[in-house]
Amino acid sequence: MATHHALRDSAPPAKPESSAIHPLWVRLTHWLNALAAIVMMLSGWRIYDASPIFPAFRFPTGITLGGWLGGALQWHFAAMWLLVFNGLLYLALNLASGRFVRKFLPVSPRAVLHDFIAALTGKLSHADLRVYNAVQRFAYLFVVCDLIVLVLSGLAIWKSVQFPLLRELMGGYDNARIVHFCAMSLMAAFIAVHLVMVALVPRSLLAMLRGR
Amino acid sequence: MNKPARNPTRSISQKLDRESILIDARRELAMPSRRLFGKRLLTLGGLSMLTGCSLTDDDSVNKFLTAVSRLNDRAQAALFDPKQLAPTYTEAQITRPFPFNAFYGIDDVPEVNGADYRLKISGLVTGQRVWSLPELYALPHAEQITRHICVEGWSAIGRWGGTPFSDFLRRIGADTSAKYVGFKCADDYYESIDMPTALHPQTLLTFSYDGERLPAKYGFPMKLRMPTKLGYKNPKHIVEMFVTNTYPGGYWVDQGYNWFGGS
Repeated sequence: MATHHALRDSAPPAKPESSAIHPLWVRLTHWLNALAAIVMMLSGWRIYDASPIFPAFRFPTGITLGGWLGGALQWHFAAMWLLVFNGLLYLALNLASGRFVRKFLPVSPRAVLHDFIAALTGKLSHADLRVYNAVQRFAYLFVVCDLIVLVLSGLAIWKSVQFPLLRELMGGYDNARIVHFCAMSLMAAFIAVHLVMVALVPRSLLAMLRGR
Repeated sequence: MNKPARNPTRSISQKLDRESILIDARRELAMPSRRLFGKRLLTLGGLSMLTGCSLTDDDSVNKFLTAVSRLNDRAQAALFDPKQLAPTYTEAQITRPFPFNAFYGIDDVPEVNGADYRLKISGLVTGQRVWSLPELYALPHAEQITRHICVEGWSAIGRWGGTPFSDFLRRIGADTSAKYVGFKCADDYYESIDMPTALHPQTLLTFSYDGERLPAKYGFPMKLRMPTKLGYKNPKHIVEMFVTNTYPGGYWVDQGYNWFGGS
């Protein structure tokens, strides 16, 4: 069962001098991804405002990046290279090193629900940051998939003529914009929850910075 | 369990992972260098947030973004498949009314007199350099119903009619190994495109919209229609075109829009 690691009480809460929680490549790709995703999101909000999909909803200009549509597009289409190549590197290293299977699997709806309830009732221990609980596994796998959808729907919007298969997969050009927007919203929700969790367990921020 | 079972009715603060927070805090307090590192980290983050607005005005940042935009021109040229056709639609799918769009309001649309209008051709061409409208209207005709995609994100389906631009380029003896075709327009708009797109089978020099003579609001007397490019790359009210190897830029492109602007 996925959850017994997270709930076990044998691990002492602090044993910082042991081996790295996150290898250097995980930390590097994490922060580069964070930078790229934030730049993409903030510039994307400015692009959205140029022609809102939902006319009643606009992003306040003050929280967007790029100043005007042309500037926002420049940021968006610069950060995309970082997002895609860093993302590919992350996936490749994860798969090649076996970290993906080790860290994220198995994950079941039952385990996620169990750990989710445990988290809400304050019974989920974070003693060992090396082991992801089921909610973490689900959340991280979810955001990886969401980023893939973001990139694919973005490609369908950017190159709707050159990638006909992708365009049809997204339900056409106009629909690809809606998919892109929804995937962005889900990513924003992930970031919000992720930041709250980091605030609750500050050690996890240090672990992602210095590895321990 | 080494922790007592918790009562869910207790306050939220007690639900936090208190022990681990305390352990963290004690450790940080014991090591001033770590505190300093944390402070600096926060300041660095704070600074980058504060400069968020001016970041776009910074000259070096703009130079970098422009350089990436040029790189994106090359990436798009590499992605561009000269045989890949944009999807076409049925009469019923046409967006009505088709939106008017320009860098000015509809009241400022230029009025071009068709009777004394002459299209001027210059640059790397060997054939006829001045064309009247009747001469242009007599060229082989093609129709297309395609999607116009605006850089802003919206799109609209329209029906344009005119002559295939690749035929026209060959007819005027254009050097099709040149890099660019540039356009000058009656509304002081200017634009330029890459030769592979100019030769694309769906690139049309259009004189009609939805079966009628192209109205002023859609670009009378002619609009270059390219369903493989974003709207701003499709010049209207064309009065002059030239074939060149010198990068001509464009009205929006010179302000920061991507030059290739492909779709």
